[in-house]
Amino acid sequence: MQRHILNVLVENSPGVLARIVGHISGRGYNIETLNVGPTTDPSISKMTIGIPGEPEVITQVVAQLAKQINVFSVVDVTAKSHIDREALLVKVGTRATGRAPVIEVAMLFGAKVLGVHPDSLTIQMVGSQMQVEQFLTLLHPFDVMDISRSGSIAMAQE
Amino acid sequence: MTQAPQYQQFVGRPGSVSGESLTQEMLRKQGRSGAQCVVDGLISNGCSVLFGYPGGTVIDIFDKLYDSPLKFVLPRHEQGGIHMADGYARATGKVGCALVTSGPGATNAVTGLATAMMDGVPLVVISGQVAMNLIGTDAFQEADTTGITRGVTKHNFLVRSVDDLPRIIAEAFFIASTGKPGPVLIDIPKNIQQQYTLRPDVSMQDVAIRAYQPTLLPPPEQVARLAEAINKSHRPVLYVGGGAIVSNSCSLLRSLAETYDIPVCTTLMGLGAFPETSPLSMWMVGMHGSVAANQAIQQADLVISAGARFDDRVTGRTSEFACSAQIAHIDVDASAIGKNVGTDIAVCADLRQTLEALLPLVRKVDRSAWLKQIAVWREQKPAVYLPRKDGKMLPQAVIEAIDRASAGKATIVTDVGQNQMWAAQFYRYTRPRSFLSSGGLGTMGFGVPAAVGAQLGTPDALVVSINGDGGFQMNIQELVVAVEHKLPVKFVVLNNSHLGMVRQWQDLFYGGRHCATVLTPNNRPTNERITCDEAEPVYLPDFVKVAEAYGIRSKRVKTIEEAEAVFNEAFNDPHPWLIECIVAEDENVLPMVPPGAALSEMILPPRA
Repeated sequence: MQRHILNVLVENSPGVLARIVGHISGRGYNIETLNVGPTTDPSISKMTIGIPGEPEVITQVVAQLAKQINVFSVVDVTAKSHIDREALLVKVGTRATGRAPVIEVAMLFGAKVLGVHPDSLTIQMVGSQMQVEQFLTLLHPFDVMDISRSGSIAMAQE
Repeated sequence: MTQAPQYQQFVGRPGSVSGESLTQEMLRKQGRSGAQCVVDGLISNGCSVLFGYPGGTVIDIFDKLYDSPLKFVLPRHEQGGIHMADGYARATGKVGCALVTSGPGATNAVTGLATAMMDGVPLVVISGQVAMNLIGTDAFQEADTTGITRGVTKHNFLVRSVDDLPRIIAEAFFIASTGKPGPVLIDIPKNIQQQYTLRPDVSMQDVAIRAYQPTLLPPPEQVARLAEAINKSHRPVLYVGGGAIVSNSCSLLRSLAETYDIPVCTTLMGLGAFPETSPLSMWMVGMHGSVAANQAIQQADLVISAGARFDDRVTGRTSEFACSAQIAHIDVDASAIGKNVGTDIAVCADLRQTLEALLPLVRKVDRSAWLKQIAVWREQKPAVYLPRKDGKMLPQAVIEAIDRASAGKATIVTDVGQNQMWAAQFYRYTRPRSFLSSGGLGTMGFGVPAAVGAQLGTPDALVVSINGDGGFQMNIQELVVAVEHKLPVKFVVLNNSHLGMVRQWQDLFYGGRHCATVLTPNNRPTNERITCDEAEPVYLPDFVKVAEAYGIRSKRVKTIEEAEAVFNEAFNDPHPWLIECIVAEDENVLPMVPPGAALSEMILPPRA
C-alpha cells in the first residue's frame, strides 16, 4: 500500500478539522500523519494528510473530502512531482555513550543540536519521511528518550 | 404557576437584570432577537410548515412561533418529527423543516437525519443548545450535537454569534436544496437566541459559499462520448435512481427512452421516475428486482446510470455486475462515481442539464431484437406469487388490491422490510414522488410519520401508508397527528405476526432458527417463550383497539374480498383509516438475489 499525501485547502473556521478527520476515520480509512497551518490567505488553512491506501481508496477519499462544504480543493500530491518534508525533535541520552558519537550521526543528516544538557541532547532534523526514518534507525543504538514528529508537509512542484 | 408581579419584567427579557449599556437598549429596540431571526429566516426561505418539539433550550424560538404565520405541527417524538419533515420534503420537493431541543431532542433526531442523508432529502433541522458559557460543562440536556450529527448531515453549524444567524439560516437552505440534497442541522445556543442583532434577513438566493459550488455543468466532451456510446449500443439499459426525481429529469428521461428505444429499470428510490405501465419499463432492479431488469443489466452492452449510485442492494456481487456492458454514470455527486462499480463514461453534473445536452446528439438505432428479448423477460412480471391452499391472505395480493382501489393514483409511503418490497413489486408507479420510502438507511418506523408529513405537503393526494406489524409500532404514537390535523392518511398494516424480512433471511440462510422475529406467543425459541391463554387468537397489540383509542376508523380483514371492500370504502372517505390485514406469516419476498450473489443468480418463486 502506497502512502499518499493529500493537500487539502479548507475554510479556517471552528469545527472544520474535526469534520475532515471524522469523515476520513468514519469511512474506515486510517490517517497516518496530519498537519494543519495557515496559508497566505488568513481565512484558508492548508491540511496535509498522510494516508496509506490503494489508488481506488485514495480516489474515494479525495472525492469524499472534496464534497465537504468547507473544502476548497483536495490534491493528491503523491501523483505529481512534489517536495515533502517532516520535522523531527529527538532527545537522546548521552550518559552511556558520551555526546560525540550522537553528534556525529546528527552531522551526517544535517541535523542541528538545539539543546545540550549534562546527560542528553535535543536534536532537530528536517527531511523527507524516509530520511527521518533512516536517521531514527541510526539513532536506535543510542538511548533515545523521546521523539516528536510533525508529520509531512508537502508542495506540488508544477 | 403564575409569575409573581415583581418578576414579570424579566420574563422573556434575559440579560435585563443588571444595568445595561445604552447600545444594548438600542439593539433591543431596533434589532431582532436570535429567536426572531430563526422564525423570520425560516419564513423568508420558503418554510410554511414546521415540525417541532419544545424543550428548555428552544423556548425562546417557540415563543416567537406563538404569533407567527408558520403552520406548526407537534409530533409526539422527535424522530417522528424529522420523518414528517422528510415525508413532506419527498412528497413536495420543498425543504422540510424541524425544530428540536438540545440533548435528547437532538439525539432523537439523529435517525431521522441519517435517513434523509442516505436518500438525499433536503431538510433544515434547528436544535437548541445550552448557553455558550455552559457548553462543555455537562450541563443539563447538553450533548455535542454538531459532533454527533456530523456523519449524518450534509453539513451542520454551531452558531457562535447572533450576527451570523440570518446568514447561516439562508446557507442551510442553500446547502440542503442544491447539489445532491441532504439534511443540514443548525445548533443554536440558548443565549444566542436571546441576544439581539441588527442584521437583516438573508435569502437563499443571496448566498454564496466560497468553497461550495453545487451547480455542475456537464462537460461537453463527456456528453459527446456518452452520446456516441448510446448510438453504437444495440443492448442499452437506462438504470434510473432517485436523482432523476430530485433533479426533475423524468420527462427528459422518458423522451430519451421512448424516442430511442432504450428500456428502463429503476432503483427503489427511482420508482415512479418512469411509468411502470410502459412496455419499455422493466420495473425495479436489484435484490428484489424483476427478472427483466436483472437479466437486462447482465446482458446489456451499455448501462446508463442516471441519478443512481450502484448501491449493493442493486448490484449484487459487483465483480459480475453487467460484465459485458460499458458503464456510463451521470451523477451530481463526484464521490458516487466509481465508488462501487468501475465507470467507463463518467458525467459528473446535474442530470437534467446533461440530458438536455445529450438528447440532440442521440440518433435512432434499430434495437428491435433487444426489445423483443425484453418483451420475453417481461412476461415473468415484476414479481409473482402462488395462490395458497390454506385460505390465508397473501400480502402481495393486498398490495394489488390497494393498486386497484386507488386506480394506481395513490402516494404510497412504506415502512421497511417485506411490506416495503411488496409495495415496490406489486403496485405500478407512474408518476414521480408517488413512492416514498427509506431506501438507503432502511429505517423501520418511517412509514407512519412520513405519510403524515406527505399528506400535510400534498393535502389532495390519496396517501397510503403501508407498514408491517413490526415497524408500525416504532412510531405508532404519530397516529395522533393525523387525527389532530384531520389528515386522511390510510394506514395499512400487513400483520404477519413476524419481523418478516429477518424471518425470511433466517428461513433462507440460517436454518429456520427464528430468533427474536416471532411476535405471537407461539412458536418462539425457548428463551423467548411467554405464557399465554390458549383461548382466542390474540393480537398483540390489538391494532383495531389502538385505532379506536386514537379515534381512527378501523377494520381488521382476513380475506382479499374483505380487504378490497374496505379499501374501496376507506379510500373514498375523508378521514384517516387504519386497515389491519392479517396475512400469511410465511410468505417470502421473491425474486431474491441472495446477499453477495450475482444478479443472474436469483431465487425465483416455485412454479405453480
